[in-house]
Amino acid sequence: MASSDRNEGLLSPYRALDLTDELGFLCGKILGDLGADVIKIEPPGGDPSRAIGPFYKNQIDPEKSLFWFGFNNNKRGITLNLESPRGRELFLQLVATSDFVIESFIPGYLDSLNLGYAALSKVNPRVVLTSITPFGQTGPYSRFKASDIEIMALSGCMSLTGDIDRPPLRVTFPQSCGWTGSYAATGALAAHYHRGRTGEGQQVDVSAQACLLWAFSHAHTFWDLNRHVEKRAGSFMTGRSITGAKMRVFWPCKDGYLNFIIYGGEAGRRTNQALVDWMDSQGTAPDFLKQKDWKTFDIAKVTQDEIDRMEEPIGEFFNGVTKADFFKQVVQRQMLGYPVASVKEIFEDPQHEARNFWQTVEHPELKSAIEYPGGFAKFSEGACQIWRRAPLIGEHNREIYGQELRMAPAEIAELQKQGVI
Amino acid sequence: MESLKGVRIVEFAAFAAGPAVGKHLADHGATVVHIESRVRLDGFRAHYPPYKDNIHGLNRSGLFALCNNDKLDITLNLKKTPHATALAKRIVAWSDVVIENFSPGTMARLGLDYQNLKQVKPDLIMLSSSNLGQTGPHAHHAGFGSQLSSLAGFTHLTGYPDGSPQILYGPYIDYIAVAYGATAILAALDYKRRTGKGNYIDTAQYETGLQFLAPILLDYRVNGKVASRNANRDPYASPHGAYPCKGDDSWCVLSVHSESEWQALCRVMGNPAWTADKKFSSHQSRKTNEDELDLKIGEWTAAFTATEVMDKLQSAGVKAAVVNTMKDVYTDPQLSQRPQWVELEHPEIGKMHYQRPPFLLTKTPPGPTKRDPLLAEHNEYFYRGLLGLTQEEYSQLVDAQVIY
Repeated sequence: MASSDRNEGLLSPYRALDLTDELGFLCGKILGDLGADVIKIEPPGGDPSRAIGPFYKNQIDPEKSLFWFGFNNNKRGITLNLESPRGRELFLQLVATSDFVIESFIPGYLDSLNLGYAALSKVNPRVVLTSITPFGQTGPYSRFKASDIEIMALSGCMSLTGDIDRPPLRVTFPQSCGWTGSYAATGALAAHYHRGRTGEGQQVDVSAQACLLWAFSHAHTFWDLNRHVEKRAGSFMTGRSITGAKMRVFWPCKDGYLNFIIYGGEAGRRTNQALVDWMDSQGTAPDFLKQKDWKTFDIAKVTQDEIDRMEEPIGEFFNGVTKADFFKQVVQRQMLGYPVASVKEIFEDPQHEARNFWQTVEHPELKSAIEYPGGFAKFSEGACQIWRRAPLIGEHNREIYGQELRMAPAEIAELQKQGVI
Repeated sequence: MESLKGVRIVEFAAFAAGPAVGKHLADHGATVVHIESRVRLDGFRAHYPPYKDNIHGLNRSGLFALCNNDKLDITLNLKKTPHATALAKRIVAWSDVVIENFSPGTMARLGLDYQNLKQVKPDLIMLSSSNLGQTGPHAHHAGFGSQLSSLAGFTHLTGYPDGSPQILYGPYIDYIAVAYGATAILAALDYKRRTGKGNYIDTAQYETGLQFLAPILLDYRVNGKVASRNANRDPYASPHGAYPCKGDDSWCVLSVHSESEWQALCRVMGNPAWTADKKFSSHQSRKTNEDELDLKIGEWTAAFTATEVMDKLQSAGVKAAVVNTMKDVYTDPQLSQRPQWVELEHPEIGKMHYQRPPFLLTKTPPGPTKRDPLLAEHNEYFYRGLLGLTQEEYSQLVDAQVIY
């Protein structure tokens, strides 16, 4: 059963202030998954990203954004106007007792408020300021505006996705916020480790464009090594054979698509043999496939003709198979390959239940409980999980301003009236 | 001053998911030892292009280079029990952190699972990175990230609504697990410093990948909605897509999220008559007529280079960008300025662009500082110099093909 005592988390002694927009949400959430006390600071009235759907029961409401729920759980929430002098004072008071500040403003904005790294480190020399932007703190594009699609474009990712005779594509559900927030958390903790040994804080400069360079891993090295430009190839995989042969990845099946690739290497050869055995058990393996010596099959040297000849009977065979059949067979026969799952099938996968991956989180404000994807890792010491649902707007104002900063209720009410909190 | 200087990491790992974690830590000054064997090479060295000049060679792999800069490379043939097992334990006793990404169960079969290794290093931190996790009915099913990206829902979300799913190039999900794995190790190092306790960390690439999809997983749970692919469309922006530009297969993207951005876009285009049509006068109407809108925008962008479109629109406050190719990323002005690449000389590859981490620590700037190691390059340096084997021990182990 999931614990509700955050102190069981690995980072429980530490506090993070989270000023990010959606590009940086995941960074604070990850620190929170590990037990840190993360305080999401929103402008009075709530963060504009609460308007991002989908929404709980499709009710468009800033308190019902599932995008917000998904990426801002494990945070407490306060409202604070950083553009007011009193708001800045309160923020610096919080910085004095915090270990991390995470922000995603356009470079220079916090400096213009006198809240840049220099100012924060004066209040707290140990603080780690993690700055998350589309392109980094300096450089010719540092002030460019970008949403997901611009980041996916400039990182090169889109040049690898889509059909060659149609425009480059992005992944329909935005990916840049995931890549950026997660790598930002790694950066924040690398700086944290250094601080632990030296007492010295610093600024961590995270570029979403640079994070996404990893998403398509090594495609660019074909240019670096051999002056060859890898391009989008639709449903095919390229780059495995030095002859330039491309392999089919997606195969229509009875109820959707399968991902199966003719690979080389030990696992590839074993898979190819297992598939032929499976086809043969159904009487559909042609002789030339049965006679193929997979032990000497070399994917790096295979030609397109050879691949095409193999793929034809395989395609016919897969046409008669369901996603569930395929999944069962690949597991049983230890073959490489998976069905193309949607969120529905992901929930049906018994692996998650066996690992207690799903975590039910109470939403008393909705009189409901919702199943969430749980912790990102399992630790033998210290838990990694969801400790609390995402905050409502200003939900912890009283707790933090009243109990922690010891402000009187009248003062809090006055600041509310002035639009500071 | 490097942020992780002094941290000792040993990798029983191959391909990307394990070694790329070590790479990020090596970039910050950790001492990382990559263990392979001539009888079990890192798959990137063995059979995974590109190789320099398309000539296969164990020290010519671009992807091995990318994932292993600043590491030591030693060989250890784990099949030579019991000597290899004993030596592996000696290496672990020397280390702070073990990273392994063999298929689940392999380390246990070798007598090198966490329970065993804890005997020689009680406060050991060990990361096991696998596709599906160390436990559960499918734990032992081996696979590559390029296919796991389908099981975890990503390819279902890529492509046209009426067409096939599309591939995300390579082992997309591996590198999601990389960030989470590195984060987990750093958190465990901090925890150990405070409490003296080690940690065993089980990351499933599958589970780390699903972190990115939380909102649509909730959407299914709460609303029964199954998210699917919709090309470049976005519910909150219109236009929103990739448009052709001057040049061979050259593209830009742009997106309009508000009326003021729409008006700015129209101004930059010179307020052509069609923009005044009520078909395009609001977000809703632009959504309804988006196919036609995309054609109109594409007619305008086609007269310019992608860089021209980006510059014109960005100066007017409209989001726009060049679709960089795999060649462009090496000369992109922003990545070059950062700088994101470090060019180092490699004896067989020649000049190779190594990649800096996407997060730059401003006071303790990360590497790369050293090219990736050749196979077995540091056997003597590590075994004799760092681990402290005598010359006699070392020679015997080499002769017995334990160090092999």
